[in-house]
Amino acid sequence: MTARVRGGESWRSLRVAAWLGWQIESNWTDPFLFAVYSVVKPVAGALILVFMYLVVARGGLENHLFPYIFVGNAFYIYVGAVLMGISWVVIDDREHYGMLKYMYAAPLNIYTYLLGRGAAQTAIATVATTITLLFGVGVLGIQIPPGQVDWGLLAGALVLGLAALAFMGLLLGGATLLTARHNYFIGQGVAGALYLLSGVVFPLDVLPAPLQAVGKGLPVTYWLEALRRSVLGDGGNEALRSLSTGTVVLILALSTVVLAVASVLFFRWAERIAHRRGLLDMQTMH
Amino acid sequence: MNLRAETGTFLRTVWGRAYPRVIGMQREKSWMLFDVFLPLLQVAAYVYIYRAIGAPPEFTGFVVLGGAMTAYWMNILWNMASQLYWEKDMGNLELFIIAPTSRMAILLGMAVGGIFATTIRAMGVLVAGILVFRVPMAPTSVPALIGVFLLTLVALYGLGMLMASLFLLWGRQAWHIANLFQEPVFLVSGFYFPVRALGFLVALGASIVPITLGLDAMRQLLYPQMMEGFRFLSVGVELGMLAVLGAVFLFLAHRALRFFEALARREGRLTLRGQ
Repeated sequence: MTARVRGGESWRSLRVAAWLGWQIESNWTDPFLFAVYSVVKPVAGALILVFMYLVVARGGLENHLFPYIFVGNAFYIYVGAVLMGISWVVIDDREHYGMLKYMYAAPLNIYTYLLGRGAAQTAIATVATTITLLFGVGVLGIQIPPGQVDWGLLAGALVLGLAALAFMGLLLGGATLLTARHNYFIGQGVAGALYLLSGVVFPLDVLPAPLQAVGKGLPVTYWLEALRRSVLGDGGNEALRSLSTGTVVLILALSTVVLAVASVLFFRWAERIAHRRGLLDMQTMH
Repeated sequence: MNLRAETGTFLRTVWGRAYPRVIGMQREKSWMLFDVFLPLLQVAAYVYIYRAIGAPPEFTGFVVLGGAMTAYWMNILWNMASQLYWEKDMGNLELFIIAPTSRMAILLGMAVGGIFATTIRAMGVLVAGILVFRVPMAPTSVPALIGVFLLTLVALYGLGMLMASLFLLWGRQAWHIANLFQEPVFLVSGFYFPVRALGFLVALGASIVPITLGLDAMRQLLYPQMMEGFRFLSVGVELGMLAVLGAVFLFLAHRALRFFEALARREGRLTLRGQ
C-alpha cells in the first residue's frame, strides 16, 4: 500500500469516526436536553469547588487561590473527556456494539479511528470548558481580561496538551484491548491520579514531597501551568515558578512527542497480543 | 400459590438476585481495591484543597465521610437505577419478566446485595481516609449514628428501586441520565461541604436524595461544634424525614414497577437491545 493510499485511509477513518462518535454521543436525546446535559455536569463540578471554598472563606472569593482552582478545574474537563473518550471506544465497540472485529476487517486505520471517536468527546469538552470559564468570569467575577490573555500561548498549550491527552488515551486503549473487566477502572484511575497529582485544584506545593516529585513528572502538570500562565498571567505553583514559560512549553512538547511514540509502539504491541489471544471479539458481558 | 410458598419464592428470589453482589462481586479482588482506591483519589484531592485554603481539620472529616457515601450514590445510579437497562442490553430482562416470581423481590435482591457490596467499599474508603489523613472523629452518640446510617440506606435504596422502575423505559438515555446525576447530586446534597451552605431552600429540595439528610445528621453527630454554624435541620427531624422518605419510596417503587412494566410491554421496549 502506498503512503498516499494509507494517508487517505487514515484521514477517512478519522473523519468517519468523528462523525460516528458525535452521533453516539448526541443522538440519544433532543438537542436541548443534550445541551443541558453537556453543560450541567461540568458546571456542577465547578460549583462543588466554589462552595467548598465559600464555606471556608465565609463568602469571599478574592483569594488568589480561587482563580487557580477554578481555571484548573475547567481545563481538567478535557482530561476525563479525552482520556476516557478514546479508551472507552475499545470496550464500547468490542462488547456493547460487538463491532470491533468488523473494524479490523474493514479498510480503516484503527489508530486514527480511535482518535476520531475521541474527537466528539473533545468537542463536547470544549463547549463545557468554555461555558465553565464564562460562568466563572460572568457570575463569580474571576478576572480574565481578554486583553491580558496570552492567546498564542493559550492556543499552543491547548493543542499540545490535547495531543498529549489523546496519546495517553491511546495508551489506555491499548491496555483496554488486553483487559477484560478493568478498562473502566484503568481510565478512572489514571484520570483520578492526574487530578490529584497534577496541581489541578490546588498548588503542587501542598502535596507531600514524594507526590510532588511524581506530579513534576506528569505532562498534565506543565499543560495546566502553561494554560494558567496564559489565562491568569501566573501559574500559581511555587514549585514551577523557577521555570520560564518557554521551558514549561518545551517540557510539554517533549513529553507529547514521547507519549506519541510510546502510544504507537504500545498500541501495536497490544494489538498483536490481542490478535494472537483472540481478544478482539471478547465478550465478558460487562 | 399459598402464602408460605409465595413467601419462600420471594425470599429465594431476593437471595438469588443478591447473590452475585454478595458473593460474585467479591471474587475479583482487584475490583474491590479499585473501588476503594478511586474514590480515595477524589477524597485526597478535596482534602488538599481544604488544606490549601486553611480549613479546620473537621473539614477533612466532612470530605472523607462524603467520599465514603459517594460509593452508595454511585451504586444507586449504576447498579440500581441503570440495572434493568443493563439487564435488557444483556438479554436477561426478558428472563426476569417470565420468571415465576415477584419483580419487587428482584429489585429488593439488587438492593440487599448492593448494600452489602457497597458497604465493604465505603468502609474501606472511610478507614483508609481516617488513617491516611488522620481524621478526628468523636461521635456524640454511636446508636444515633448507626440509626441515621441505616435509615439513610433504607430510604436511599428505596429511591434506587423507584429509579430502577423509571429507567425501565429507557435505552441509552439511562446511561446518560445516570451520568448526569453524579456531579449535580454531589453538589446539591453537600457530599463535600455542609449542605446548609447552599441555603435552606436548596437543601430542603435536595433532601429528596436521602444522603443529603443522612450526611448532615451524621456530620452533626460527629462534629457537633463545627456543625453548629452549618446545621440544616436537627438530627431528630432528619431521622423522621428519612423514615418517611424510606416508606414513600418503597411504596412508589412498587407502584411504579407495575406501571412502567406495563407501559414498556405495550411499547415493546422490554426487549429492545443495542440502543
